[in-house]
Amino acid sequence: MPGILLILILCAIAAAGYVMGRRKAATISGDDNRVLHSNKPFHGANVALAAFLSGVVALVASGVIRGVTGIADSANIMTTVLTLGAAAAAFYVTLGRITLDYRARNVTEQLVKGILIAAASVAILTTIGIVLSMVFETINFFNQYPMLDFFFGTNWTPRFQGDSDLGMLPLLWGTLYVSFIALMVAVPIGLFAAIYLAEYAGPRVRGIAKPLLEVLAGIPTIVYGLFALITVGPILRDYFAQPMGLGDSGSSVMTAGLVMGVMLIPFVSSLSDDIINAVPQAMRDGSYGIGATKSETVKQVVLPAALPGIVGAILLAASRAIGETMIVVLGAGAAARLSLNPFEAMTTVTVKIVSQLTGDTDFASPETLVAFALGITLFVITLGLNVLALYIVRKYREQYE
Amino acid sequence: MTDATAPSAPVSGDAEPSSLFTQTNRTKRRNAAEKRFKAYGLGAIGIGILSLVVLLVSILGNGLPAFKQTYVVMDVTLDESVLDPNGNRNPEDIAKVLTFGYTPIIRGAAQNLVREMGGEVEGLTDGMIGDMISKEAAGQLRRFVLANPDLIGTTQEFKFLANGRIDGFFKGRVTMESAQIDSNVSPEQLVAAERLAEAGHLTTSFNLGFLTAPDASDQRPEAAGLGVAIIGSVYMMLVVLALALPIGVAASIYLEEFAPKNWITDIIEVNISNLAAVPSIVFGILGLAIFINYAHLPQSAPIVGGLVLTLMTLPTIIISTRASLKSVPPSIKDAALGVGASKMQTVFHHVLPLAMPGILTGAIIGLAQALGETAPLLLIGMVAFVRDYPGAPPEGLFDPSTALPVQVYNWTQRSDPAFFERASGAIIVLLVLLVLMNLVAIILRRRFERRW
Repeated sequence: MPGILLILILCAIAAAGYVMGRRKAATISGDDNRVLHSNKPFHGANVALAAFLSGVVALVASGVIRGVTGIADSANIMTTVLTLGAAAAAFYVTLGRITLDYRARNVTEQLVKGILIAAASVAILTTIGIVLSMVFETINFFNQYPMLDFFFGTNWTPRFQGDSDLGMLPLLWGTLYVSFIALMVAVPIGLFAAIYLAEYAGPRVRGIAKPLLEVLAGIPTIVYGLFALITVGPILRDYFAQPMGLGDSGSSVMTAGLVMGVMLIPFVSSLSDDIINAVPQAMRDGSYGIGATKSETVKQVVLPAALPGIVGAILLAASRAIGETMIVVLGAGAAARLSLNPFEAMTTVTVKIVSQLTGDTDFASPETLVAFALGITLFVITLGLNVLALYIVRKYREQYE
Repeated sequence: MTDATAPSAPVSGDAEPSSLFTQTNRTKRRNAAEKRFKAYGLGAIGIGILSLVVLLVSILGNGLPAFKQTYVVMDVTLDESVLDPNGNRNPEDIAKVLTFGYTPIIRGAAQNLVREMGGEVEGLTDGMIGDMISKEAAGQLRRFVLANPDLIGTTQEFKFLANGRIDGFFKGRVTMESAQIDSNVSPEQLVAAERLAEAGHLTTSFNLGFLTAPDASDQRPEAAGLGVAIIGSVYMMLVVLALALPIGVAASIYLEEFAPKNWITDIIEVNISNLAAVPSIVFGILGLAIFINYAHLPQSAPIVGGLVLTLMTLPTIIISTRASLKSVPPSIKDAALGVGASKMQTVFHHVLPLAMPGILTGAIIGLAQALGETAPLLLIGMVAFVRDYPGAPPEGLFDPSTALPVQVYNWTQRSDPAFFERASGAIIVLLVLLVLMNLVAIILRRRFERRW
């Protein structure tokens, strides 16, 4: 890659700039720091930074120019000339500026601050990138496929030769069903675990149980997926689904939901634990003072006070569940269907994004583009849940601070 | 207990006289409820920890056999008339004999061995005996001959991989009953395999190839390894470390120390906390649309995977870095500012070094999260079947590769159950790496983190 070589050359120029800037400052001051406005290293760093940054800016700019104008710059001559030229020019100009009174420190610090701001804006650029990358392809998709049929269609049968039914409802139903089962597992277990940890457990039990529960959150989702596929799925099929005559598929909504529930336990428990701990001790003391037992205090004082925060935690867990991919890819199956039977294989939005975008993809056909429409739907739903949850949690924190 | 203070006014419906020493029914009920409530909490924690144990036991039980493999030790005569028809030991001429030409030699040697060792097994054909050796053996033999042309014509001892089903028989995955209905293996082969094992020609030993070899095709699970996937994952982690750590630290320094309180800063902050909760697959769509379709970076390349994972881990790193910057006491900043340091010098000379252990801990945890991430990598083409090792960085970052978690996914999609064992084995490798990273993070925190 010429880009990497160019960056190495830029680093070399910057290093040379540091040495020469420092030396020039030393020469003009006669090695007497007191007559210089800024210390010698600042003069060096100023030249180095200016040369390096102009080089990088020119490198990026020439890349953009090539992308926009479509100039075939096969040997990268334009890029190389522009980059090295910009670096050399900045080198020359900043080196020439060095005088006894030159405020190299202030200029350098401004440059560094610029770099920091650029780094902070990466987060914004990422969000913009996410939205843009999906919006254009989604518009493209809706030009080929009617929007109403996508959002309200109950059939999902993509075909290679075109003329597919791409209704989102079966996928949305699968997603919500799996998430619902996951929350039915995670919320009671997580909440009771949090209550026990916060109200009953001594420091020793807490010191062991809390990290162990949090290990569950650190395990990659592919591990849960494999667990669902080779352990939970067959067990559910052989001991529950087949004896009850409810189906004979290893991958089912129940498989994915149970395993995802286990994954979500630590999310619910550690968030709720924090929130329960934030309830002021005075409220508990008041309750004990009028003779309530510990569980009565928890049920009638602590939980109502912590309720908004707990709702926020559950919403965050729900958004996790909706966006989760690997567990459902391996555990829930690939058949899009609208059914109430939890032992049947169903599919979710994320599974279909994966299946439409892997393998041979043709970015002009609606069968591929539908993945972007699904993606933006998923993004909007999870974003909505997150914003709501963060708002509730923040509001709640303010209440007791 | 509450009743004790009001002996003269018993609670209505409770006719018993109340005393400190005998519990009323109501008190008993309340105490029982209290006990039940506590048991629920303990039960919830128990279920959580139990699931963790079951998960780990299931993965370990399924995956540990992948680290052992059955090999066939046998003598092979390197027939000159087949391997070097011209008889001149010219490497170019030898190379003209393709893998296909080596297969009959191995099959012949295997047939001799089985006939010698086990006598006759009824119904065992020559073809069945040949199938007991992995299809990978011919390639192995060819590489050996090409490396040692002067050994042609001699008889050498070789250690070949046994076929996946034979291997499965010794690991309990394949039984005589299942072999009856399996078209890929017959009970006769298993009988012969048992006799070979008794004679010491079939051995089970540690399978280094699982960690170093590249992936193998659907028909030879016994040869599939994690080599390419491990290199790919390491490359991606390098990219993430090289990009996410500096960018994340720079962004946190700006937000924590320099940013004015205005709406732009607010937007950035809300943005970061939301990005941390965006589903990972959405980052995959971003990578596909921007890095591959727009910037035309190569598919399946570690650089693209690294970039996507960088964007994904940035919020995690920023959040933890800000927390550790915030924990440096203001007195240190005030002292530096007081002796005339600029704000920039204060941050870079005093705050940042003191916050470094916390920042590194956060970075390692972010890295561990990135190492296990699968979904976004599926979308940028890392599911491809890659048998060539990527080159050395930096060029190697642009070579096709795969990653550990994606390799797991890939193996679960194959039909042969031997691949499930491989997938669980790969998970063990992944989990060991994660545990190591987290241990480093914990040690860093214990040793260097200061409490003020």
